[in-house]
Amino acid sequence: MQGSSTRRFLDQPIDRWARLMLVAAVGLLVVTYFFPLWNMTMFAPQYRDGLRLDIYSYTLAGGNGGQDITEINVLNHYIGMHELTNASFAEFQWMPFVVGTLGLLVLRAAVHATVASSLDVTMLFVYFGAFSLWSFGYKLYQYGHNLAPDAAVKVQPFMPPMFGYRQIANFEVYSYPRAGTYAMVGVILLLLGSLGWTWWRLRREATAPAVAAG
Amino acid sequence: MGRNHRFPWASVLAIMVLAMAASQCTPSAPQRSTGGGAVQSDVAVAAQKTYVPPGDLDQYYMFSSGGHSGQVYVYGVPSMRHLSTIPVFTPYPATGYGFDDDSKKMLGDLDWGDAHHPALSETKGDYDGRWLFINEMNGRIARIDLRDFKTKQILGPVPNLHGNHGSSFVTPNTEYAMMATRFSRPVPQRPVSIDRYATDYKGIVAGVKIDPQSGEMSLGWEILMPPFDYDIGDAGKLASDGWMFFTSYNTERATGKLEVTASQRDRDYIAAVDWRAAEKAIAAGQGEMIGGVRVLDPAKVPGLVFLLPCGKSPHGVDVSPDGNWIIGSGKLQGVTTAFNFEKVQTAIRNKDFTGEEDGIPVLKYESIKDAEVPVGLGPLHTQFGPDGFAYTSLFLDSAIAKWKLGTWEVVDKVPMSYNIGHLAAAEGDTVSPDGNFLVGLNKLSHGRHLSVGPSQPESSQLVDISEEKMKLLYDAFTEPEPHYAQIIKADKIKTIEVYPKEENTHPLAVWDVNDAGVTRNGNRVTVKMVAVRSSFAPTSFEVNRGDVVTIAVTNIEQTTDELHGLGLLDYNINIVVDPGETKTVTFTADKPGVFAFYCTNFCSALHQEMQGYMIAK
Repeated sequence: MQGSSTRRFLDQPIDRWARLMLVAAVGLLVVTYFFPLWNMTMFAPQYRDGLRLDIYSYTLAGGNGGQDITEINVLNHYIGMHELTNASFAEFQWMPFVVGTLGLLVLRAAVHATVASSLDVTMLFVYFGAFSLWSFGYKLYQYGHNLAPDAAVKVQPFMPPMFGYRQIANFEVYSYPRAGTYAMVGVILLLLGSLGWTWWRLRREATAPAVAAG
Repeated sequence: MGRNHRFPWASVLAIMVLAMAASQCTPSAPQRSTGGGAVQSDVAVAAQKTYVPPGDLDQYYMFSSGGHSGQVYVYGVPSMRHLSTIPVFTPYPATGYGFDDDSKKMLGDLDWGDAHHPALSETKGDYDGRWLFINEMNGRIARIDLRDFKTKQILGPVPNLHGNHGSSFVTPNTEYAMMATRFSRPVPQRPVSIDRYATDYKGIVAGVKIDPQSGEMSLGWEILMPPFDYDIGDAGKLASDGWMFFTSYNTERATGKLEVTASQRDRDYIAAVDWRAAEKAIAAGQGEMIGGVRVLDPAKVPGLVFLLPCGKSPHGVDVSPDGNWIIGSGKLQGVTTAFNFEKVQTAIRNKDFTGEEDGIPVLKYESIKDAEVPVGLGPLHTQFGPDGFAYTSLFLDSAIAKWKLGTWEVVDKVPMSYNIGHLAAAEGDTVSPDGNFLVGLNKLSHGRHLSVGPSQPESSQLVDISEEKMKLLYDAFTEPEPHYAQIIKADKIKTIEVYPKEENTHPLAVWDVNDAGVTRNGNRVTVKMVAVRSSFAPTSFEVNRGDVVTIAVTNIEQTTDELHGLGLLDYNINIVVDPGETKTVTFTADKPGVFAFYCTNFCSALHQEMQGYMIAK
């Protein structure tokens, strides 16, 4: 009974409002290409304006015309940290394509207009988001722990902040999600919203005749 | 015993009392309202006007000539803090100037020069903040780029001209900077007896053409002048645009002890040069090649030069902001003279001449002067405010006189400590003076500072000219010798703080430590070196005795203030490389052994580790 009702729910079409939310989600996905996902800013007495590092889905971008990355690397070499380069982020190779593919799948769900296809892509998206966050955290951990043994300045391995503030030597490091990540969250909310709306609509439609009959 | 020969105590006492009384009668320093008295300022007002809190910026840059130090000094106004030294005509180890190949080549055989009159580039008679020109006595003129505050070109010594004092005044659109002879000599240069000074020695006025895009200077033309001493100049502007004015002394054409022989005439001259006419004459192929330069003889080019009689041994000549008046100050007089440019033009048209000098017409003094302003003794230079006021420095009175153009009324005086020479008002020689501040560039400080022994600094005094009465605000003690200075609004100057990597086209630049290294071609060794916090690459290299070694250091930093220096001990090598810059130094490895090189310019926590060795076998 339960299984068959779920199956019935999955086979249900979604209405134009739900489809519109899916299209809006695709729009937000496009936005993520143009805005950084994350930002880390480091302040020290000698860096009053801060050293800024923006992370996009496909590249690192330093503040001050890219110079801030060079500067961060120059400073990090003293503690034996690996150089921050695009080449060392495999994610940049696949992430834009995965985002694109997910976008196409969301569009597909909007066209197929069934609960099943939109639930599929929503689940995929949630997995993708969780994996990305884990991957980002793991990367930070690696950078903070994989320090060259012959570094000039020996520091305790450390976890750079992922969310929030942390004092690292003479630097105040701030790390926060930026517009790209908010857009991703928006995408997930729209996907969930689309499903929720459909579920609520179907439930109302299922109960409405009963009420009328009652 | 001795009672009949008592010591004359009473007489001695009387003499002592008299002596003490007499000593009370010796004159003490006069309490004069103006003149050489030591001056104090209203502390509260002065402190507020000059205090620039830590981290805050000054409103103006002042570029002060370093005189015989050969440098230009940069100060912030109103704090009068020394911000930077721009080496121009003299090596300056602090920035490695005169040690690397390029600056050494630019200095040439002369590593000393007596810098005099800075001239900021102008557009429509207003400072545009692009370049600073400065002359020196060995017939040279330099261009400093205000994008990076570096000397980019030194032109000269130019032929024929000797003792380039009357320089480097630019025309209103920086078409030309000027040069003029102080020490006349035979043209072309050759040994001629001093007895023939009056006839065979010549002065020269030269126009240095400036490329409007690059600022590159080239010698445009020269004009052969009578053997006077040409002193200071100023370009006409607005109404008088196209003309250049130079003061001259020793129009007596005297030799020997000039302080006497050249001070006999009551009036000497201001030479008015129609520089557009000079340009045209040269374009028309006129003039004679002398010493490789085309030289115009005013006797053969009518209308090129006229002489304005100006008393006595004039030093400064300054054109009013509207270009209508030419203010000439006879340094041995008590007045400064205002010539009316309109009247000068009329006198030229009417041939209102009283004589000539070597074919150059002398205009009639009474026909061209508007006023003799009784400013005080020893007037030298005049600057202007935005409201029609003029400020004239008085060397002998040791003061500045404030007076009004047109009414010729002297309204205020402020004493200077001591013996003011030039003065610089904020943008005070442009078509739109700023007012607010004026700096007196004094020749003597006479111990108004903690004693530093006999070799005393000069004094530059900041004066508030924003109100009716001038107020002394601040004493700064500047490096010798602040002949002239110019003050420009800070926001007109746009600087870079690193040399962008993409602009570095140096053939020996290396941006990757993997590209650094040593190459050999016969006995010529090239070391391409990278400097970055906190190491050089390579950290050591070998050469053979007698090799000609070029070390090219690229500072691959792109961060502000990350300079690296390279000092090579016992080889007298010291270069400093700014972020993004490549500098080379070439030398013969004539001393065998092992020699350390190291970073001289403190760069980082591990600066002390930034070192290496040259092994000369």
